[in-house]
Amino acid sequence: MQAKRTVFPNKGLPYLLLVPQLAVTLIFFIWPALQAVKSSFEREDPFGFKTTFVWFENYRRLFIDPLYLSTVSKTAIFAVSVTALSMSLSLILAVAVNRVLRTNRLYTTLLVWPYAVAPVVVGILWWFMFNPTIGIAPYMLRAVGISWNHRVDGVDAMVLIIIAASWKQISYNFLFFVAGLQSVPQSLIEAAAIDGAGPFKRFWTIVFPLLAPTTFFLLIVNINYAMFDTFGIIDATTQGGPAQATNTLVYKVYTDGFIGLNIGSSSAQSVVLMIIVIALTAIQFRYVERRIQY
Amino acid sequence: MIENRPFLAFLTHLVLILGVVIVVFPVYLAFVASTHGSGDFMRGLVPLLPGPHMIENYSFMLNEGISTAGAPPLSIMLLNSLVMAISIAVGKIIISILSAYAIVFFKFPFRLLAFWTIFITLMLPVEVRIIPTFKVVADLGMLNSYPGLIIPLIASATATFLFRQFFLTVPDELMEAARVDGAGPMKFFRDILLPLSRTNIAALFVILFIYGWVQYLWPLLVTTDSRYYTIVMGIKRLAATADAEPQWNFVMAAVILAMLPPVLVVILMQRLFVKGLVETEK
Amino acid sequence: MASIDITGVKKIYAGGVTAIHNLDLAIPDGELVVLVGPSGCGKSTLLRMIAGLEAISEGTIAIDGTVVNAKEPAERDIAMVFQNYALYPHMTVRGNLEYGLKNRGTPRDEIDRRVNEAARILEIAPFLDRRPRQLSGGQRQRVAMGRAIVRQPKAFLFDEPLSNLDAKLRGQMRIEIKRLQRNLATTSVYVTHDQLEAMTLADRLVVMNAGRIEQVGAPLALYERPATLFVAGFIGSPPMNLIEIDYLRDKGALTLPEGTDLVGIRPDTIQLTQPEGPHLVMHATVELYEPIGGESHLHMRLEGSGQLIVAAVPARTAVTEGAKAVLYVSMSDLHPFNKETGRRTD
Repeated sequence: MQAKRTVFPNKGLPYLLLVPQLAVTLIFFIWPALQAVKSSFEREDPFGFKTTFVWFENYRRLFIDPLYLSTVSKTAIFAVSVTALSMSLSLILAVAVNRVLRTNRLYTTLLVWPYAVAPVVVGILWWFMFNPTIGIAPYMLRAVGISWNHRVDGVDAMVLIIIAASWKQISYNFLFFVAGLQSVPQSLIEAAAIDGAGPFKRFWTIVFPLLAPTTFFLLIVNINYAMFDTFGIIDATTQGGPAQATNTLVYKVYTDGFIGLNIGSSSAQSVVLMIIVIALTAIQFRYVERRIQY
Repeated sequence: MIENRPFLAFLTHLVLILGVVIVVFPVYLAFVASTHGSGDFMRGLVPLLPGPHMIENYSFMLNEGISTAGAPPLSIMLLNSLVMAISIAVGKIIISILSAYAIVFFKFPFRLLAFWTIFITLMLPVEVRIIPTFKVVADLGMLNSYPGLIIPLIASATATFLFRQFFLTVPDELMEAARVDGAGPMKFFRDILLPLSRTNIAALFVILFIYGWVQYLWPLLVTTDSRYYTIVMGIKRLAATADAEPQWNFVMAAVILAMLPPVLVVILMQRLFVKGLVETEK
Repeated sequence: MASIDITGVKKIYAGGVTAIHNLDLAIPDGELVVLVGPSGCGKSTLLRMIAGLEAISEGTIAIDGTVVNAKEPAERDIAMVFQNYALYPHMTVRGNLEYGLKNRGTPRDEIDRRVNEAARILEIAPFLDRRPRQLSGGQRQRVAMGRAIVRQPKAFLFDEPLSNLDAKLRGQMRIEIKRLQRNLATTSVYVTHDQLEAMTLADRLVVMNAGRIEQVGAPLALYERPATLFVAGFIGSPPMNLIEIDYLRDKGALTLPEGTDLVGIRPDTIQLTQPEGPHLVMHATVELYEPIGGESHLHMRLEGSGQLIVAAVPARTAVTEGAKAVLYVSMSDLHPFNKETGRRTD
């Protein structure tokens, strides 16, 4: 791995510099992760007096549990919907901002701040808007003949968390698309214009293909976001309900483990999630390496 | 742009204005709600225009809070959030810049191992190790304390990578010149590297401040004593009761207050924010 | 003020690559020595070993009679001027000049005195409160020099200090460096890959190739009597023409030493009129006539062998491209070499 051509000759100092970071990492990251792996192979008796090593029993039960399998598919639906909705809205806005000159900064400012809103606050905002008794959204939906109640209707609840989670992620995607658009060489666009391509054709044949690295990067990041960073949104709106309709993998780890105190199953779920994060990170970094070769 | 087509320009602005409306409207609604009296939420629809009770609602929440929800006055929670966000940002920056310095400017056995150990934190978000991490913090006696809120969150692979990336772009000759000029490693770090990293530190601070402020799950796990509630987690407790007793005006005042500090940071330091965001994620 | 003695120095990198082979060089007090050679020849490595930025694998380097192998750069009392100047971008010019002195605990009034003196000599006094990025390339170069001279070190080390400047400025700064070094009489080691810079600056020139010294000597001595084929080809522009001895056997009465199989001819010793004394006569076709100003270069193809050679002739020599030319070279202007050993045979 890269270092400087010449380095300082000190022997002990670098370790001293690394101690704080490594201590926090080992105590609060690696040790707990190993504990999670360990207890995923164990079963506690109901009183917590005795733990027995049960091999893959927790995993086996997990993968035949219809509830868990339905959570997997709900999570997939949620993640894909959030990614698609948020990214497409962001791309449209980024392209638009890239076309305006003077008001560019103003629009950007007005569009980026939701990044700073906590997911749980986002949840409350949309929960308020869609509140079945006083919310403005159900009121308007009633006007067009749709009745809304995310407290009893699983589909409504899923739509609600998808909208809320997408709303929060617009600003992030927007900024990366803007950065991506700005790195498309102006000369290419001018050359295409001289070749007779109109603005829409130029976008689809020149700009969009050149944005592919950004799009791919955001795809991974958004899936990651939808799976792991939306805990607050779900906790504030549906809490996984109604009838598990909006329970995601992460939310289930929390409810099974922290509320339900089913340590073995919760740990096994944690390990499954770790494998998913490792896979996503690996994909992301492989792609970063490839981009460097450009 | 190349062509001058009025229709396209109109469409562009229309799209942007629609986007801004989508982004702003939920917050506008919350703000409006926070300016009304409790009675205004009995009728079928939320008010759409600001009411006259803004100052009274906000000062009530800041100074007293809703005791029935077990939440202390917001001013305490805001302070806790501020302490947590600033400490996390500063802590992450300090330990990351030190470890990046060690990794880039020294060669030593286990250097690669140290790098990968830090890298692994990327793959272990708190969500996947909730219970064991909680246990560690409990065993260390750090529940319901600032250190418990802060220290487990300050390891940072992304900040370390950012500094590493930046240090690699600092010309080798600068360090060599400093050595010829008689500067040892810590002197070089303090006199040359730290001043050169100023913009990166500032940009990172903005991002990490937001990161610290919006933490929800972690404070939820480690605080049961309302004196240590942060506003972001406390707000959830308020909202839970608001559904039963319509105190939307108070809840939304809290929502606005919980949003305001990090949102202001983004708006006022937009340039640093964008730099921090785009560069840490690469 | 000090001598630098390099004895049996080797540099072996971690991968096992040897960058410097058993090198000896003694630099007396006050001399300006230029290390010159193609990139990768080890000249920068050697300089960095003198500076203490690179560990010495074997042998010793002594400055002022003291072996410095184990000393930190700062303890060696040397100053270095870097190719990219390495000015501290967040400090003013004054801050840059002072930094090394402050680190050594030099008293305040002494720092001021030296900084002002250096600023006066280098004519950078008006910029003392500016930052490096507000300066032009030439000004930055002066500041980098200033940072070296305020220290009043035992030796100056220059690592290609002029290669980031444009040609005109490079010429100017070359003269200034030379003048400054004369006045201060500080022992200096100067690394460059530019042979013109090397020739004009050096008291003594050290030509390096593949981690070894090819030849050491006064610049003109090296030009006039290159000891190896490498030096012959490296010093002088356009480079020396090298012709197989077999081609020349019937071109005149050769009296070259035993073992000679390649003959070097400097372009400026090729004449178009018959000289007095013993000489060679060759026939060639002019392919390209290249006027430079003060002289012109003729690129020609030798009759028989078809080898391309270059001659440097007076500016307004009347030759046309495509014409035949008769070339004369005095026997005393021939440089005899042996291909096998790469060395001069006389």
